[in-house]
Formats: sequence, structure tokens, C-alpha cells
Amino acid sequence: MSNVPSDLLYTKEHEWVRIDGNTATVGISHFAQSQLGDVVFVELPDVGKTFETGESFGTVESVKAVSEIYAPLSGSVVEINNEVIDAPELVNEDPYGDGWLAKFEFSSEPSGLLSAADYEQFIKEEADK
Amino acid sequence: MKQTPLNARHRALGARMVEFGGWDMPVQYAGIIAEHKATREGAGLFDISHMARFWVTGPDSERFIQLIDTFDISKTAIGQSDYGIMCYEDGGIVDDIFTYHLGPDEWMVVANAGNAEKDWAWLNQHTAGYDVVLTDRSQELAMIALQGPKAESLLAGLTDADVVNLAFHGITKATVDGATGYISRTGYTGEDGFELFLPASEIERIWDRLLEAGATPIGLGARDSLRFEPGLALYGHEIDRDINPYEAKLGWVVKLDKGPFIGSEALQDIKAHGAARTLIGLEMTGRGIARQGYPVVALDGSELGVVTTGMPSPSLGKNLAYALVKAGSVKVGAEVDVLIRDKPVRASVVKMPFYKARYKK
Repeated sequence: MSNVPSDLLYTKEHEWVRIDGNTATVGISHFAQSQLGDVVFVELPDVGKTFETGESFGTVESVKAVSEIYAPLSGSVVEINNEVIDAPELVNEDPYGDGWLAKFEFSSEPSGLLSAADYEQFIKEEADK
Repeated sequence: MKQTPLNARHRALGARMVEFGGWDMPVQYAGIIAEHKATREGAGLFDISHMARFWVTGPDSERFIQLIDTFDISKTAIGQSDYGIMCYEDGGIVDDIFTYHLGPDEWMVVANAGNAEKDWAWLNQHTAGYDVVLTDRSQELAMIALQGPKAESLLAGLTDADVVNLAFHGITKATVDGATGYISRTGYTGEDGFELFLPASEIERIWDRLLEAGATPIGLGARDSLRFEPGLALYGHEIDRDINPYEAKLGWVVKLDKGPFIGSEALQDIKAHGAARTLIGLEMTGRGIARQGYPVVALDGSELGVVTTGMPSPSLGKNLAYALVKAGSVKVGAEVDVLIRDKPVRASVVKMPFYKARYKK
């Protein structure tokens, strides 16, 4: 079954968010990587680029599929995970740790993110579809 | 959604299921890359019961297949099979097929799942004047494939048929673990291997036996990457309603000298004037994976064509693609750009196929 750490926030697009002061680290959830299968390619934006909530900021690709990743909040990219570009399998192996994707600095407090319990409920419904 | 007789087995194995051509099918079990490698190195087991199995019988069966197939099956001996194409009058492709010569006036035509209804209607539309009987046996007979360098030894232990000496593209009646049907030396992976046609009512048992004997279950994801590397066409990608066999580099399947068949006039014309487009192989040299539908452009930005299939090749470790481009526009060694989400990413035109098939001939 899927692993949903309780200290993180989530989106319905299956990103996770770890908030620390006014930065947010973003990755894709365990459920998302398991649905995607072997991740073979990650494309991330340049540091300094700004995104609005819900805007695509990169892609995670498996052998067969391209999956867009969406900004869970509005802000600018302050750091990207260069390791995951060279070793995309980190997204599968450690989605909440070494497989993180980007760090955003946000100006206004993020809103509309799901708690771990709500996200767990959401993926349960997705899986039953 | 339609289910094959092995649906419960796929679910029990923890496969991720997807809709494919109206069927509920496994896209992967352990993972596409692991399954791909298991087939290249060992023996992969595929449920392909979603494909169509049509019997053509009667005194005019050969003449009828000659009408609907671009290939010349007059030389296909009993116990042999051949790859073929069904074309429309304008040379566009209805489907690609395999025709198995089972006995005197008895043939089996295997066609794509997504085209099954269209193909069935197409065949039935053309029987006027031919003494043939068409029978759809897709339901009663299941179809599984066992592919890879270890397929032969694995299957030999479970059947009375002499699979070691079964010819390339040969087909024979066989009993597999008590179930009676056919085994052919055909497949869609670029490896030696077999396809088994056995009663649907017994296929779960056979599937289990083959897994117990060491085969690895393979989903549609790896089925695609396995056919992609050796350059086997897939309907909806390299071949389609609006693509003719010459464009798809399948001119060798069109036998214009065998006499008239559906599409022969148009194909003669296309051959005489040269096809408008041609299929090429691409290796991405820039960072990115080409996918179906992405535009291919010259370095000056002028349009060349479109990607038909692209993915990271598990066997070769490169991001590769096939593209349909204007005939004569590029040569092997040329550089082009693939537009990935509107961004040009560099690629080299390379020889195809990418992987040399390892058939036992």
C-alpha cells in the first residue's frame, strides 16, 4: 500500500510539499511514482523561474509515459535537485527523500493543500475508480 | 471493458491494469525495464488473448486471403505462417496480420485487438464470389506468447510437440500440459519464441505451469519496448489508415507480382512514383525523450515530419524514436530537432532497426 508521511502536505496532482519557513520542498508522492513505474527522465526548471499555483514546472517520465509536475504554490524556484536529473530512479527509490525535485520560495502562504489523511483518502478513491 | 481469460491471474500477480483497445490489460507487473530484460535474457510470458483469431476455411480460402493480403501466401506451406498487411483501395492500412496455414483450405488470421471489429467487418465485406467460411475463434481459444532465449527449453518440457525443430514461423498442432491447440514459432519481441493457441478454459493452468517453470510475466509496456527496438511496426504508430506500406518501410510485404488484390492498383502507383514519406530512426543527442506526435524539424526550423514511437530503449540505454518524415529529406547521420513541448531538442538520424532480432532460423 502507499506510503503517505503525515508531516507533509499534498496535492490532487500527487505532489508532496514540505514547508520550512518560507520555502517549500516539492516532490511526487509514493503513489505517483508507483503508478508511473520506472522513472527514466526528469526535467526541472532553471533556478529563479517563477510559477503560479497549478502551473506545470517540469516533467517526470517513465518508459511509456510523460507526467507533468505542477507547482503546488506560487513562488520562485530557489534550488533544484541535480542528482535526480542524473539518477531519475531516485524518484522511485526515495520519493520523499533523495528523490525530491525542487525548492520554491513563496511570498504568500500556500493554500488548498491536502493533509496526509485527506490525501490518503483521495488516492484510495483514485485506486478504486 | 472486455477481459481475457487470464484477467484474474494478472490481478493476483499485482499487475497494474490499463484499458487497451477496449480490453482490461496488464501494462506491467514488476516494471517495464525488468520485464524487458527478462525477455531479452530469459523467457517472458505474455497474455495476448486480446488479439483476434479468425479462421478462414473452404475451397477458396487461399484465393480469399490473396485478395485481402498484400503478401503472396501461395508459397506458405501447411504448417507455416507469414506476416501480411490488409490495405484499403487507396493503399492505406486496415491492419497488419499474421496468416497461419493450418491445413488444406484452413487458415488462421491473427489481427490486432484494437482493430478486431473493423477487421472482422472488412473480411466479411469481401467474401462475395468466394467459397469461404469465416469463424471468429478469439473467445474459445486463448493466445499467449513465450518469448526469449530460454523459451524453447522451457516450453519443450511441457509439450509433446517438437518445438526444438519447429521452423521459424512454423505452426504445429500440440498438446501443452494436457490442453490441445497450436504452437507457432512467431512473436513480437525480436527474440526467438513461441505463440500458443489453447482452449480458454484451460489457459489459467498453462499460464501457471509456465510461470512455475521459470517464465516471467510481461505486460503491454514491455511488449511495446520489445517490439520497438527491433523495428516491428505497431498499428496507430508506424502504420495506420493514412500510412501506406512503402512509407512504413514494409514494401517487402507488398507482392505486386502475385496478381490483383485490394489496394494493388494504388500501391503500384505509389511504388512507381515513390512514397511521399519515409520512416526513419532517431537517436536523441540532446536531453529529452521523443514521444508519438512530437514534430520533427530541420535545424532551420522547417517541418520534416512527426514521431511515431519514441522511448528510452532498455536494451541500448539510449533515447530512441521512429519518425515519419518527407521522403528524401534526411539521411543517416543528419541532425534534426524534435520539438518537445515546443522546445527543439537535437537528434541524429540513425540506421534502423535499433536492435538486431535474434530469431532461430
